[in-house]
Amino acid sequence: MAKAKLTFADIGVTVTVPAGTRIIEVSEKVGAGIVYGCRESDCGTCLTEVVSGMENLSEASIFERTTLAEKKAGPNMRLACQTLVLGDATIKPGY
Amino acid sequence: MSAQPVRYDAVTVTERVHWIGALDPTMRTFDVILKTPNGTTYNAYLVRGSEGVAVIDTVKAERADQFFARLEAVADYREIKVIVLNHLEPDHSGALPELMRRAPQAKLYISDAAQLMLKALLNNNDIDYIPVTTNDSVSLGDCTLRFLNTPYLHWPDTQCTYLVEEGVLFSGDVFGCHYCDEQLFNDRVGDFRFSFEYYYAHIMRPFKSYVLSALELIEPLPVRLIAPTHGPILRDHPQHYIQRYRELSTPRLHLEMDRDIKTMIIFYISSYGNTMHMAEAIRDGAAEVGGFRISLYDLEGGEVEPFIDLVEEADAILVGSPTINGDAVKPVWDLLSSFARINVKGKVAGAFGSYGWTGEAVRMIDDRLRGLKMRVPLGGLRIKLIPGADELKDCHLFGRDIGEFLMGKPRAREIDMSQL
Repeated sequence: MAKAKLTFADIGVTVTVPAGTRIIEVSEKVGAGIVYGCRESDCGTCLTEVVSGMENLSEASIFERTTLAEKKAGPNMRLACQTLVLGDATIKPGY
Repeated sequence: MSAQPVRYDAVTVTERVHWIGALDPTMRTFDVILKTPNGTTYNAYLVRGSEGVAVIDTVKAERADQFFARLEAVADYREIKVIVLNHLEPDHSGALPELMRRAPQAKLYISDAAQLMLKALLNNNDIDYIPVTTNDSVSLGDCTLRFLNTPYLHWPDTQCTYLVEEGVLFSGDVFGCHYCDEQLFNDRVGDFRFSFEYYYAHIMRPFKSYVLSALELIEPLPVRLIAPTHGPILRDHPQHYIQRYRELSTPRLHLEMDRDIKTMIIFYISSYGNTMHMAEAIRDGAAEVGGFRISLYDLEGGEVEPFIDLVEEADAILVGSPTINGDAVKPVWDLLSSFARINVKGKVAGAFGSYGWTGEAVRMIDDRLRGLKMRVPLGGLRIKLIPGADELKDCHLFGRDIGEFLMGKPRAREIDMSQL
C-alpha cells in the first residue's frame, strides 16, 4: 500500500500513514493543535493551513468548499476532517 | 362577571426608545442549564426616528401577544423601517416571522454569522436580510443605529447595536440576566446582583476572550444606558456593569501570581493508592522539565467548583482514574462534565490510571478530553494494578513528555501510524 508522510508543523511530528488516510484520523492522536467541532465539514472548526504538499491532498468536496468560502479561507486552507492525505504534506492549525 | 382583558403598555426608556418586551415571571429553568427563581424578561425595543421606526429584537413565540400589544401602543406596523436581531436564539427571534408578516416593508439587519442560522431557525430560505458588521449603520433620519460585531456572546451570531444620539447600547444577551421585575429599570427593581453574576457565570464565562474583544468596542463609547435582552434596563451607572464584565473576564492567575508562568494540574482519584503513585511519578517527571507550576489534587478531597476555577486558567490538565465496572469513577465524570462551563479548548491534556482487569477508564477520559477540543499529545497511560519500578519510570517519562509538550519543546519525532 502506498504511504505518505504527514508532518504537523506546530508540534514537529511526522507520521507515516497509508495513502488515503484522513487528517482527522491522525492529528488528534498526536496532539496536534488542530481541533474539531462537527467533524462533518459543516462548522469549519478544523481549518488547517497547508504549508506544503497541497497537490498531494484530495480534492475538496462541494460541502468543504462551501464551508471554506463561508470562513473566507485562503487558497492554502483545508478542513482536516475532510481532507485525505495522498502524498507527503506539511500542515498546521489554520487559526 | 367577565375578567378584564390584560393591558400591555409600552414603557418609555428614553426620548426615542420604548420597551416593548414581555415578562415571563413563571419561567423556572432556562436553556436546561440555568435556574430562574423569579422568571425572566424578553426585552425588545422600539426606536423612533424622524424617518421611521426600528424594532430591536423580538420575544419568545409564546409571549408574542405582549410584544405585539406593546408595539401597537406606540407605533403602526407601516412605520417600521428597520428590524434588528442582535441574537437569533428563539427567545429573541420567536416573534420575528409574524412581525415580518405584519411589516413586510421593513428591512431585517443581522450579523454576518447569523445568515445561515436564520434559515435554519425559521425554516425559511426566502427571508430578505442585510448582513452587517462593526461600523455599519442605518439611519432613521435624526438618529443612527450603529452595529458592533460581538461574536460568541454567547452564540456565533451575536452583535450589539448602538443608538448614537442617545448613547443607548442594545446589547443583546450581554449585560443581561434572568430577573423578572415589572419595574424594569435597575434603579427601581429589587436586588438582582446574584442574577447578574449567575448569568455571566453560566452564559458568558466560556467566552471570556470574546467578552474582552467586545469590551474593546464597547468601552470607548459614551454609553448612557444599556438595554439588554433579559433583565433590568441598566440606566443607573451603566459603566459599572461594563467594568464588572471587564473584571470577570480578565484572567486572575496572571494578575495575582507570576506572569507568563504556565500551570499544570494533575487530578487523580485512587482506590488503593496505585493511581495516586502514578500521579506522583508523573508529577516528578513533569517537574524535571521545569519552567512551569504543578499542582496535584486528589478529587476525593475536593469539590468541583473551585477545581473548575483552577482548570479555567491552567495550561495543562492531567486526569487519573481507576477503572471500576468498566468505567472511570463518578468524581472524575463530575469534574469532566463541568469543563463545558469554561473554555478548555487547546489546553494540553492527558489521562492515566491503574486498573484491575480491563482498564477502560483511561481511554474514555482521553476521548472526553479530545471531545472538548483539548490537545492530547500522548495516548493515556494505563498500568495493571500496582505500578512496579519500570512502570513508575513510564509514568515519569509520560510526565516529562507532556511537560516538554506544554513548554513548546516536544522532541521532533517520526512515527508510523500503526504506533498511534
